Amino acid sequence: MSNHSQAHPAHLQHHFVDSDQQFDAAKMGMWVFIVNEILFFGGLFCAYIVFRAWYPDLFTMAATKLDTTMGAINTVVLIGSSLSVAMAIRAAQLNKTKWIKINLLITITLACVFLVIKYFEYSHKMHDGIFPGATLYTYEGIDHPLAHVFFSIYYVMTGIHAIHIIVGIGLMIWIYIRAKRNEFGSEYYTPVEMVGLYWHLVDVIWIFLFPLLYLIE
Amino acid sequence: MATAEVSNKKTLKVQRFKPSDNPSNTYLTDEKGVWAWMTTVDHKKIGIMYLVAVAIFFAVGGALALLLRTELMTPAKTFIEADTYNQLFTLHGAIMVFFVLVPSIPAALGNFIMPMQLGAKDVAFPKLNLASFYIYVAGAIFTFIALAQHGLDTGWTFYTPYSTESSSSVIWVTMGVFILGFSSILTGTNFITTIHKMRAPGITWGKLPLNVWALYATSIIQVLATPVLAITVLLLTMERWLGFGIFDPALGGDPVLFQHFFWFYSHPAVYIMIVPGFGIISEVISTFSKKTVFGYWAIALSSLAIAFIGFLVWGHHMFTSGQSAVATTVFSFLTFLVGIPTGIKIFNWIATLYKGSIKMDTPMIYVFIFLFLFSIGGFTGIMLGALSVDIHLHDTYYVVAHFHYVMMGGTLIALLAGLHFWWPKMTGKLYNEKLAKIASVFIFVGFNVTFLPQFVMGAQGMPRRYYNYVDQFTAFHQTSTIGSYLLGVGFLIILYYLMHSLFKGAKSPANPWGSRGLEWQATSPPDFHNFDHTPVVIHGPYDYHQPMEEFQLGLAVDTNGHDSETAKEVVDKEREQWKNYSLG
Repeated sequence: MSNHSQAHPAHLQHHFVDSDQQFDAAKMGMWVFIVNEILFFGGLFCAYIVFRAWYPDLFTMAATKLDTTMGAINTVVLIGSSLSVAMAIRAAQLNKTKWIKINLLITITLACVFLVIKYFEYSHKMHDGIFPGATLYTYEGIDHPLAHVFFSIYYVMTGIHAIHIIVGIGLMIWIYIRAKRNEFGSEYYTPVEMVGLYWHLVDVIWIFLFPLLYLIE
Repeated sequence: MATAEVSNKKTLKVQRFKPSDNPSNTYLTDEKGVWAWMTTVDHKKIGIMYLVAVAIFFAVGGALALLLRTELMTPAKTFIEADTYNQLFTLHGAIMVFFVLVPSIPAALGNFIMPMQLGAKDVAFPKLNLASFYIYVAGAIFTFIALAQHGLDTGWTFYTPYSTESSSSVIWVTMGVFILGFSSILTGTNFITTIHKMRAPGITWGKLPLNVWALYATSIIQVLATPVLAITVLLLTMERWLGFGIFDPALGGDPVLFQHFFWFYSHPAVYIMIVPGFGIISEVISTFSKKTVFGYWAIALSSLAIAFIGFLVWGHHMFTSGQSAVATTVFSFLTFLVGIPTGIKIFNWIATLYKGSIKMDTPMIYVFIFLFLFSIGGFTGIMLGALSVDIHLHDTYYVVAHFHYVMMGGTLIALLAGLHFWWPKMTGKLYNEKLAKIASVFIFVGFNVTFLPQFVMGAQGMPRRYYNYVDQFTAFHQTSTIGSYLLGVGFLIILYYLMHSLFKGAKSPANPWGSRGLEWQATSPPDFHNFDHTPVVIHGPYDYHQPMEEFQLGLAVDTNGHDSETAKEVVDKEREQWKNYSLG
């Protein structure tokens, strides 16, 4: 097309009419993506429901092997990180660029804490021979022929959730670098808000995982 | 350029932009070279790349089908081994479903046409659009790795427990399908956002082309169903790799649960394949009847109704799998419900033809082929949905014939209609109309010769997927094989004249069909930014009773929307006024 003068702001992509349209589109796309994610985890929750309905004893017995304290700490950690990421978005809206960075760093730290605790949980179980799947599972402390099925479900649900945490950390490092370059302010903070939305989703999924896996009696 | 003054209370500055028949700049002259194509974020080029990829996979899948049919010429072994035969039909199914039918219309034609029909410069997320193409390629690579190793012999449905025991490369293919799913999800997410947020001034929901409505319904299914397939094949991979015990009965799992998971995606997926075809039919039938589509809202909303009901009928694939009698009965009745919105569409299309000025060009011929074949496919689907009949017909060639009538007679014929309809728009070239008509005869005759006998032998008890058969079915199988060769010839003719038109075809005018659709008010092939103005829409896309000039309006400012600050102000003001403008 003809010459592009400096008329439009740097963040505006060529195919959008203005910043509002770009922001609206990004936000809508993100929400559709969140629907996607919910359906993705929905399949796992469905498998969980089916097996729990079939083998209620298995679930109550096997859940005692999960460390409720560590799970509870992780829940608090994640909820805290959701708060800090929300504060990062607010800081962007209020043009306080310094606080965007500080809040992002807090969120990244909390996410790492979550992963470290998760690592200790996993390694403790694997030490006992509790692995996902019948091939590797050797633990004999649970008196149920299908004990491996519970832990398959446990590992795949928390594992995919942990992958989402890792992706989230990557995304937050990326927007932290962009925030350092002063790319965000009250005029433009779309990526901060989108990563925030994603992070809340990851948090909400954990809030369902924790009671369903750890807190059953 | 005459300014067309539209009578209206507000004073709006619109101007007629008549598309040039000899554009000097097109999307093909911009950004030349292989690297530019591979890294482009232009929806038109990505659409073309998808089209080429889909065509290649279709050729592979089609060649496999011809090999299968040739093997079935004689009741015993003809020329390939039984194991090879199992792999061939599995790959034919998997390639045609996942690599051809699912992306064919939305990702290839939809990518190219849909933003133009909205008067947008591009889809909402152009980079994701390019990413979805490469994800598709990555999924294909995984599948080919499987081919190079031990192939796949589970059927495209990967039913457990066989898929957990089979010695073929199941994991490579399931991971390929897992990756491919993201391509589909990204396209769906992109399209939904684009349709909501990128419409040109004046395009209200009531003025959306029906093709866009169909793609909208399709995208909703893609977004809601595909993640479930992703998790299903992921669990299946884990089952095979680590022995998860969720699907494999030997480890405490439930194979019927796998079927539920699988069909929760794969039944809606057949609507991912067919609904975009409905969109094309609506466009073509109106253009070649020179008449407003009958029952615009009925057609638009029935797409959404199909998307909705499509989620409630997956159990009809499992009538003989041991699900409860109550569930089976409910699924059977829900299945009949799909016939209602589909019937509404068919009747509205027929009513559109009534008193129209019908022009039998190639796209329209394919529409008639579609109506005939798809109706047969639909009616036999109702029969299969009926419980007592299905118990008899389950897993026979009757089912094979049914879904080929729907998927090939429906989706693929609609794709051909759309391809012939938009070919001049995409390439700027006209194809040989005479050869195209000859090819359509081959396709129609070949298709029916191939698949009609399959209904008969299926009803007589010929099971699907069998390598050998009893002598009484020989005549049916041989007829079917001959029909498949005719089909093959038809597709080769199409390939020939389309390629010929690319290099030696006559130049197409901007709007060879006299369509009122917005995409035809751009040059052929379109400009890199689709339009060099901001289009303004005041009529519905099928208002053939209105003069052509009133479909060629754009904001009367010398800009495409953002080139200079003052122009932007004018455009913004105009857009604001035009936002929800309607003549009524």
